[in-house]
Amino acid sequence: MNRFVPLLIVVFLVVLFAAMMGGDRNPQELKSVLIGKEAPAFDLESVIEGQEGLSNTALATGDPIIVNFFASWCVPCRAEHENLMKLAETYKVPVYGIAYKDKVTASRAFLEELGNPYVQTGADLSGIVGIDFGVTGVPETFVIDGDGVIRYRHWGPVIGTAVEDKILPELEKAR
Amino acid sequence: MIAEIGHFAVILALIASLIGATFPHVGIARNDDRLMILGGRMAYVQFVCMIVAFGALMYSYVISDFSVLNVATNSHSAKPLLYKIAGTWGNHEGSLLLWALMLSLFAAAVALRGKRLPLRFQSRAIAVQNLLGFGFLLFIVATSNPFERLDPVAIEGNGLNPLLQDPGLIFHPPMLYLGYVGLSAAFSFAVAALIEGEVSPAWARWVRPWTLAAWVLLTGGIALGSWWAYYELGWGGWWFWDPVENASFMPWLAATALLHSAIVVEKRDALKSWTILLAIIAFSLSLLGTFIVRSGVVVSVHAFASDPTRGIFILGFLAFVIGGSLALYAWRAPSLVPGGLFGMVSRESALVLNNILLSTFAGVVLVGTLYPLVLEAFDGSQISVGPPFFEFAAAVLMSPLVIALGFGPLLAWKRGNLSRAARILLPAFLAAVLGGIALTLSAGTGVVMTAFGFALALYLAVSVLLEIAGRIQLFKAPGKAFGRLRSLPRASWGMAFAHFGLAIVILGMTVSEAFTDETLTVLRPGEGAEVGDYVFTLKSVEGTTGPNYTAVRGTLDVTENGRLITVLTPEDRVYTNPVTNTTEASITPLFSGDLYAVIGESAGGGAWSMRLYFKPMISGLWVGSIMMMLGGLLSLSDRRLRIGSPEGRKKHASVKTAGGDQATKQPSSDTAAASAKVETPA
Repeated sequence: MNRFVPLLIVVFLVVLFAAMMGGDRNPQELKSVLIGKEAPAFDLESVIEGQEGLSNTALATGDPIIVNFFASWCVPCRAEHENLMKLAETYKVPVYGIAYKDKVTASRAFLEELGNPYVQTGADLSGIVGIDFGVTGVPETFVIDGDGVIRYRHWGPVIGTAVEDKILPELEKAR
Repeated sequence: MIAEIGHFAVILALIASLIGATFPHVGIARNDDRLMILGGRMAYVQFVCMIVAFGALMYSYVISDFSVLNVATNSHSAKPLLYKIAGTWGNHEGSLLLWALMLSLFAAAVALRGKRLPLRFQSRAIAVQNLLGFGFLLFIVATSNPFERLDPVAIEGNGLNPLLQDPGLIFHPPMLYLGYVGLSAAFSFAVAALIEGEVSPAWARWVRPWTLAAWVLLTGGIALGSWWAYYELGWGGWWFWDPVENASFMPWLAATALLHSAIVVEKRDALKSWTILLAIIAFSLSLLGTFIVRSGVVVSVHAFASDPTRGIFILGFLAFVIGGSLALYAWRAPSLVPGGLFGMVSRESALVLNNILLSTFAGVVLVGTLYPLVLEAFDGSQISVGPPFFEFAAAVLMSPLVIALGFGPLLAWKRGNLSRAARILLPAFLAAVLGGIALTLSAGTGVVMTAFGFALALYLAVSVLLEIAGRIQLFKAPGKAFGRLRSLPRASWGMAFAHFGLAIVILGMTVSEAFTDETLTVLRPGEGAEVGDYVFTLKSVEGTTGPNYTAVRGTLDVTENGRLITVLTPEDRVYTNPVTNTTEASITPLFSGDLYAVIGESAGGGAWSMRLYFKPMISGLWVGSIMMMLGGLLSLSDRRLRIGSPEGRKKHASVKTAGGDQATKQPSSDTAAASAKVETPA
């Protein structure tokens, strides 16, 4: 057996670890397999009374948009809400909301309390649309391009400077 | 004030370790005894400082001093005292301090025990040990100071994760760390031997007790962790092939291999280069475990909150220690003169087979643990390697190991007689085949692997008994057998216990995996559910409170044929700081298996969801582990190891046993010993 083999294995591992520790990779985060694919088909009732519901066909608007999964029972959703408002109001990005496994009345109260950043909403009562999107929990945020193709998934809440650092550049890329 | 004393002590220990890591080498170069001895002195200083430092942190926890950041982040005044104490090592900084404390303990112990070693060698080994201490202390001082103050002072602490508020936390991490750190002694001895360019049978005699002690502690640490998972997580699993579990299992495999290969070095002066490499690898795998937990590169339930600078630091340290020692190995290994030769069928080759299989298994576990990371690095895709992969590898690699394990002790050194060993083992094979068939007939189809595992366990258990019976000539001269049994060296008992323990572990594993009875049901008070031969009846469900939690407690009577066996009281707890839900399974171990109940959520209308299990023979896992540890301790208490010097061996030669246990180094008398074989005591 060559006496250098163990050393070479260790060098390889050190390089591997160093490479994987760089950047802001989060090992808890599962990458979406839907990137580059069209958003899955769905058709949901709106959370807001009298408003039109949300379906996948409405997502292909010709411009990049945001789809955000949220729920009134989810604490991190509250934390990112301010940023969603900013996206919609300051940056004029169309944000679509899907309420994940949430009572319609509760989602509505949530939006009345904190403000409604969404152009349109859909109530995913059973969570089946969430499953189709591969959502592992709420909140999760998707960037969808003008053709209705998913370009980026943000895992967890969009907090801090994530709007400027992540979401806006991804929207730009999707243009 | 106390925290500052602790901080100061750590810095003092850091300086002591640096002096202790460098001066002995200078001393050797200048042939100055005083500088060589300084290494040991500094190891003592380091140890005392670390006791002060760790004591200071523990004190801050006990009095809930929330002006210390680490205490404020990880403790709470309402926590029971025991968990305040154990909470000291329930976080990154504190556990690292414990690591460094144990490292200095081993450095001091090597300095104390190593008086019998040649001074040059001892100084080298202690200097390496000090260098390891220096690395960890620098890490603590630079990135993870547990004594950092908090200003303004917190009024209340954030609390400890309730999953950790368990007796498991008190024993599992310290024992496991002692095991990890214990391997550092073997590592230091290996590096010292490489620098000195000489490995002798005496080297193996020095290194074996340390490895054995570390192995016993690792075995205990892993078994405790597995037991903790079994009763705390609430679904009866005891091993998950989680990256961090694997990280504790790999050093164990390597240490097990090292124990066995060191025997060959000691008795036969062979396998030297390989044994040195194993000693380096065993400790390197311990370091890898620490890295994995603290760097956040892999997903694991055990991960501490990660921080990139810490990750980079440990990686740098890892690269230096492991890379450095392996580079030294690559450079110096050719200077190790190969020793005794041996035949294809011999005790040595049985031990080589043991080593090949164990280290292959360790390698497979390493690949399985890191493969997702490699794949992600190269094509960005994410996968996880699950239990089927590891279980398949375990079955393929460990089955031949167990079969060979029966033969190994029956083969003579240098040249053994395979057919004679097979004849001796005939009853063991018979027991295995009959047991396997009986199990298949009673359980029906689809249990091929279970029957195989069961047969393996029976074979191993019987072969251990046969080996002992052979040694004491139970069948040849039964009259004196008892006397011979009493005069068997403790090392032989140790081996028998450890191997028998392994058989019990395999038995527990296979039977509990295959024949667990499990019922998920909704019960109202008064209703019952059948689980295997037992009936679990829910008597009542009531609220209860603990010092820092509220709970729902169910009371269940368990009966067998109408006879009350036990009362189980599973709880569903909600801790207040931080708010977390935990399940407290209630378990009664019986000889035949464990009765296990978990209470779940309310299903409305006074009904509760319950998970009820009967897990046959699962205690085998822990009973077997304890036997393995006992085996290690027995072996450790053997006079020959305790003395650890050639003179001790000579004095002891009057009870020389067969199988070449006391084989001498001269080839001529060795051949005689080999031909004398097992039956003739000298």
